Amino acid sequence: MAADNGAAPASEIEAGHSQAAAGQRPAAGAFDWGAALRSSGQAAFLAGVLAFFFIGLRTDIAPGGLVLSFRWLGLLYAIIVVFFGRLLLETFIFHAASTAARAIAAIVFILAVVGMMGYDVPGSRLANRALTGAILGIVVVAVLYLVARWRAGTPAQRKTATAEAGTSAGLAWLARALTVLLLIIAATLPFLITTFFPGQQRQYVDLAILIMTYVMLGWGLNIVVGLAGLLDLGYVAFYAVGAYSFALLSTHFEAIGFWTALPLAGMLAAMWGLILGFPVLRLRGDYLAIVTLAFGEIIRIVLLNWYEFTGGPNGISGIPKPTLFGLEFTRGEGGFADFFGIQYSTIHRFIYLYYIILALALITNFATIRLRRLPIGRAWEALREDEIACRSLGINTTNTKLTAFAIGAMFGGFAGSFFATRQGFVSPESFTFIESAIILAIVVLGGMGSQIGVVVASVAMIGGIEMLRNLDFLQQIFPGVDPVQYRMLIFGFAMVAIMVWKPRGLITTREPSAALKERKKIGADLVAQGEGH
Amino acid sequence: MEYFVQQLINGLTLGSIYGLIAIGYTMVYGIIGMINFAHGDIFMIGSFVALATFLILTSVFGFAFLPVVLLVVIIVAMLFTSAWGWAVERIAYRPLRGSFRLAPLITAIGMSIVLQNFVQITQGARVKPLPPQIQGGITLMEGQTDAGTILVQLSYMQMIIIVTTVVLMTGFTLLISHTALGRAQRACEQDTKMAALLGVDVDRTISLTFVVGAALAAVAGFMFLMLYGVIDFYIGFLAGIKAFTAAVLGGIGSLPGAMLGGLLIGLIEVFWSGYFTVEYKDVAAFSILAIVLIFLPSGLLGQPEVEKV
Repeated sequence: MAADNGAAPASEIEAGHSQAAAGQRPAAGAFDWGAALRSSGQAAFLAGVLAFFFIGLRTDIAPGGLVLSFRWLGLLYAIIVVFFGRLLLETFIFHAASTAARAIAAIVFILAVVGMMGYDVPGSRLANRALTGAILGIVVVAVLYLVARWRAGTPAQRKTATAEAGTSAGLAWLARALTVLLLIIAATLPFLITTFFPGQQRQYVDLAILIMTYVMLGWGLNIVVGLAGLLDLGYVAFYAVGAYSFALLSTHFEAIGFWTALPLAGMLAAMWGLILGFPVLRLRGDYLAIVTLAFGEIIRIVLLNWYEFTGGPNGISGIPKPTLFGLEFTRGEGGFADFFGIQYSTIHRFIYLYYIILALALITNFATIRLRRLPIGRAWEALREDEIACRSLGINTTNTKLTAFAIGAMFGGFAGSFFATRQGFVSPESFTFIESAIILAIVVLGGMGSQIGVVVASVAMIGGIEMLRNLDFLQQIFPGVDPVQYRMLIFGFAMVAIMVWKPRGLITTREPSAALKERKKIGADLVAQGEGH
Repeated sequence: MEYFVQQLINGLTLGSIYGLIAIGYTMVYGIIGMINFAHGDIFMIGSFVALATFLILTSVFGFAFLPVVLLVVIIVAMLFTSAWGWAVERIAYRPLRGSFRLAPLITAIGMSIVLQNFVQITQGARVKPLPPQIQGGITLMEGQTDAGTILVQLSYMQMIIIVTTVVLMTGFTLLISHTALGRAQRACEQDTKMAALLGVDVDRTISLTFVVGAALAAVAGFMFLMLYGVIDFYIGFLAGIKAFTAAVLGGIGSLPGAMLGGLLIGLIEVFWSGYFTVEYKDVAAFSILAIVLIFLPSGLLGQPEVEKV
């Protein structure tokens, strides 16, 4: 079954680009079945070649060495899914085929899925399996149909729509209203969750905290990448510095709690931002990316090997929880619940944590928006656009870059100490490169420099991926498949697909930070984003 | 002295592997100016294909004559891995040609995540141990130290790795300097737009660049498997970063530079673990990367980038 999940999105992605490359679509009705079958055949052949050594067979450790096991059925399924999936894409997405052609492709696809589901999955009734297969096939076709309908609106229509959006004051008002609405939702979210999902409140509040943490990290990195245009692949280093600062301070000094450690952690992280920023001042673009990546890894390796100081791979545990003006969220005398005379519940602490991270994230956002209007913020944006012009105009590029690194790192440090207090435990495992990649992906996918884009991308990527844990019905359709295993695979495919679909990110228009007379929205393609020039 | 020579041999062997991977980075960077982040994972794919092919040949078909088996394994690994290289380019990079520079970097990271997790799901997360297939070697030197006799050995596997690398590099250099593909490749490297105007099929050249890079990475993956005997889905990340370091050290875009950089990184890593600490050998490699980029941004054999205003 791995085949189906692995191979299908690949062909979907291929869909996006060849459409983008072709640009023009042949007239409806003139659907070339020969070409469609040929390209489907090629895609299926390629899928067979790629999948042969990975889906078709598997090596496992057995007594006496490695053994091979064959999974011909899985390989066959991968090829079938790619062939019929590609055919479906040919008719629905790549070409505006006639309804008859689409119907034929849809019917053979659904039949193929029914056939595969009917053959596989022992232990349930044949009729049930066939029915599940049919539903699955119909859902896929329906989604493709809706996408095709949405695309059928001509590009010209969509373009005028966005152009109007760019100038009309009404839309700016709408955007403001939307922001206020989002803020209200964010402020009341824990209570919405406890009211509507009392059974799973802890899980959902925890998820909200996680998403908010990534929003904050995204906003912090946005200062470095989105505003100053410095591509930083080692942002997780500052997150780690923040987390370890708080962990070490609180475990060594009794008097230091979360609220005293927070500014210290931010300062230490900012200092590290300066230390790591200084050597890379002359680097740009991809070189900068790879050196920051190397710094991130160096910090992680040091944390991993410096046993006496950081505890090595065991990490540091017993980190205190945050208190509310000295009130601890514990049961019994002197706790939060006791002081206010309410029933004790573990959820109080989670709600409190949620509000802390919400406040921290909003501070990050507010500071960014304000900084953008200050001379330093304008210097960042000028630096992003053209470093040489920037220098010719007398801007001190060294200071500009260093402040961007330091302020971005400071917010990373705040988020890090929040992470430490939430977990109560830190270890180098939490600060791998993949975290940096996820944060950068959130910034870029959201549309760089766009504050709301970060929120959208965080909710979509982190929330969407975490939701996979709850999809129990998937396990009923594909027994023996654990959707959690596929989280990162789907995450990676989503990164590729969103980038191919919208290379400029999800939110592609933004208001300029400084404007003469009138604020016009500008397309993101007019902004030199994160190229480090 | 004996210890030094032994470390030198080990370093050259490891350096050959890094050098072969580094060529893939440097070629791609030379043409389209992006870091192919998924290249390290292509190397990992190559080692998995090599492992599976080896098991098919020995346990299913029962071939026992090792030289033929290894030759077939190398060829199969090169063929199938280059299909992966081609597919990654087709899916994740070609649609973004001409887009802004960060977009292909993000899809490259995405592809890297996809490849790692795909292999983890289909092949399992546990390491795959393969017992050493070629044992023995020749003793070059023998010396007496306080701790006892110390032997300097050049194992047959190390010999095979070094000879294969030399043969591949020679072939590859001929490919670049004497064939139509090599000419097209060099033309695209100098000026993609002009090459296209003069009738070079740029898309095809870029695809073939990925194919050649993946084939060399597959050989590196095969060597890694044979030398260390343990692979898992995560080996591509570190090897990839170090190979990229090698490419940068040698001067990115320069093919002899990539090989030289690979050898240097291999030597630095081995000597560092031999004389200082094993734990911090990656820190040594990364620090070299940072230092080189800061003081010698164009690398050892690279050409300085001229910036026009």
